[in-house]
Amino acid sequence: MTAEPLSISEPRDGWLRRASDVLMRRQGLYLLLLLVPPLLWLGIVYLGSLFALLAESFFAIDEFSGVIVREPTLKTYGDLLQPANLDIIIRTVSVAAIVTVLAALLAFPIAYYAARYARGRTKALFYLAVMMPLWSSYLVKVYAWKLLLAKEGAIGWFMERLGAAPLLDAFLAIPTIGGPSLSVSYAGMVLVFLYLWLPFMVLPIQAALERVPASLIEASGDLGATPGQTFRSVILPLAFPGVIAGSIFTFSLTLGDYIVPQIVGPSSLILGQVVYAQQGLAGNMPLAAAFSVVPVVIMAVFLTAAKRMGAFDAL
Amino acid sequence: MTAPIPAVRFRGVARHYGSVRAVDGVDLDIAPGEFFAMLGPSGSGKTTCLRLIAGFDQPTAGHIEIFGEAVEGVPAYRRPVNTVFQDYALFPHMSVLENVCYGLMVRGLARNKRETLGRDALDMVKLAGMAGRKPGELSGGQRQRVALARALVVRPKVLLLDEPLGALDLKLREEMQSELKQLQRALGLSFVFVTHDQGEALSMADRVAVFCDGRIMQVGLPEDIYARPSTRFVASFVGSSNVIEAAAVAKWLGKARVASLKAEKISLLGKNEAAPDAAIVVEGAVAQSLYQGPVKRIELVLDDGTRLVAAVPSDATACPEQGARVRASFPRTALHLMEDA
Repeated sequence: MTAEPLSISEPRDGWLRRASDVLMRRQGLYLLLLLVPPLLWLGIVYLGSLFALLAESFFAIDEFSGVIVREPTLKTYGDLLQPANLDIIIRTVSVAAIVTVLAALLAFPIAYYAARYARGRTKALFYLAVMMPLWSSYLVKVYAWKLLLAKEGAIGWFMERLGAAPLLDAFLAIPTIGGPSLSVSYAGMVLVFLYLWLPFMVLPIQAALERVPASLIEASGDLGATPGQTFRSVILPLAFPGVIAGSIFTFSLTLGDYIVPQIVGPSSLILGQVVYAQQGLAGNMPLAAAFSVVPVVIMAVFLTAAKRMGAFDAL
Repeated sequence: MTAPIPAVRFRGVARHYGSVRAVDGVDLDIAPGEFFAMLGPSGSGKTTCLRLIAGFDQPTAGHIEIFGEAVEGVPAYRRPVNTVFQDYALFPHMSVLENVCYGLMVRGLARNKRETLGRDALDMVKLAGMAGRKPGELSGGQRQRVALARALVVRPKVLLLDEPLGALDLKLREEMQSELKQLQRALGLSFVFVTHDQGEALSMADRVAVFCDGRIMQVGLPEDIYARPSTRFVASFVGSSNVIEAAAVAKWLGKARVASLKAEKISLLGKNEAAPDAAIVVEGAVAQSLYQGPVKRIELVLDDGTRLVAAVPSDATACPEQGARVRASFPRTALHLMEDA
């Protein structure tokens, strides 16, 4: 046999190759190059503006001239704790909490199905279905909901056709939740938030469930646990980091939103609207900054509580 | 073995996934207190059989009994059997003790009572000091012991083990083999053990079932399976047997049947050495010679084209080189006739 000599030449020795060699040898340099751009972004643009905001909240506005006095003071935080402002904070946190809880309840079965049962095409369809609402404009969706929820809107019309109009009226008659129509009620506002943020809850829960090996669920049943016990003692604790991650999204997105409450819901203000109004029309940047610190503090408290509860033990 | 009520009984059990026949007409009786091995290559249906006993899967046809009770439609959590999983399936968010106590916890046993039992179980598998650790902090061997303690603490009637030693290194595996065997004797439980390692099956089990393509090829004592394989598949899967085609056997024995011949039954003859009485003498060339520690594996190509593998002691003086012509002999009785399947 005469074997044809294979001509595989050595890779050429260019400057790119030498640069690769240097990076391979010096992992520190490699990591530095990898991390510097995102750290610059995170450090200057993101953390920098956050600290600027925090600093701003310790200034106050001179009530007569409307000029910001650049001296450290707690006066603005004093204003923040006025009953009217506290009302806004409590109202916003309540709405955000309700949206979060409902989103978790609604998302879990969807995520569970996707993680445990959907395969191949069904799974692709699931991702499409969950992500599709994110493809269209946020404003279009909110206005669409306003039309759906309005007194003469699709939902009202449909309920009337079904002969369930009294049911809707009874629901709207419930104090706080209800109102003259769905589109100007808290129920309507929560519904729109729920619709908007649901993908942000479904995906983290699905990712967490995906990481639970099927053998753990079988082992639980094997040891005598009923499906309910398995859910409480194995599935839920292991999926909890996902629920918390989803909650961070839905909770903070609701806390910061100022467009949905302008379009749907009652006339009383929500935190995001106040920040918008204070930094814009009212020109009270310090108070706007102090208001913006509230969600940061609430999220910090929420995460600490979650950690205390052991939500991250399974990570 | 004929016990009045078998621990596990299969009658015509089949499990088909679409057109795939994972298990296809299996009959099986496993006696109480028996160490039973299901041996076979991957995809032979042995693990599916284990899952059918555990209740993770339901048969498409046939009948399964556990201690005389039909288990069709009985979910896993109401069956008196427990499983040691291949990946151990320990709950990562629970401590070792919580893992072991899990089965007692879901049965509603009080905390102090179940922790006493759990600690006893950890003692039994020599992990008393590890109660507070998380599974992630344990080595593979320790995890496997936790899995064993967790399954045994709820007092199953049958313990199922799905390739439990597969992920361990050789030394640990040998250690666990003897420990498992001792544990099984001490507890007097039926152990059903799935493995693809024939050495493991032969050394541990009281009886072995050899699986192929969803069917049981042969059930019997390890000695029977090893020395008297009933089919071509069993002979080639279990141990180092040569499968001799019917034509060659016809020449030597006058019967046109496929036969098995153990490699260690073949000895090489010296130049002028006479073969023992009633031995068959063959001649051929050495195709390959592999050193394997205690033995040397010598592959011969006989003059009629038959390939034979001989295992000779490594310290034997006559160790021919590759290409050398040799004479080999084996007793007539070493040829074991089989079914051609």
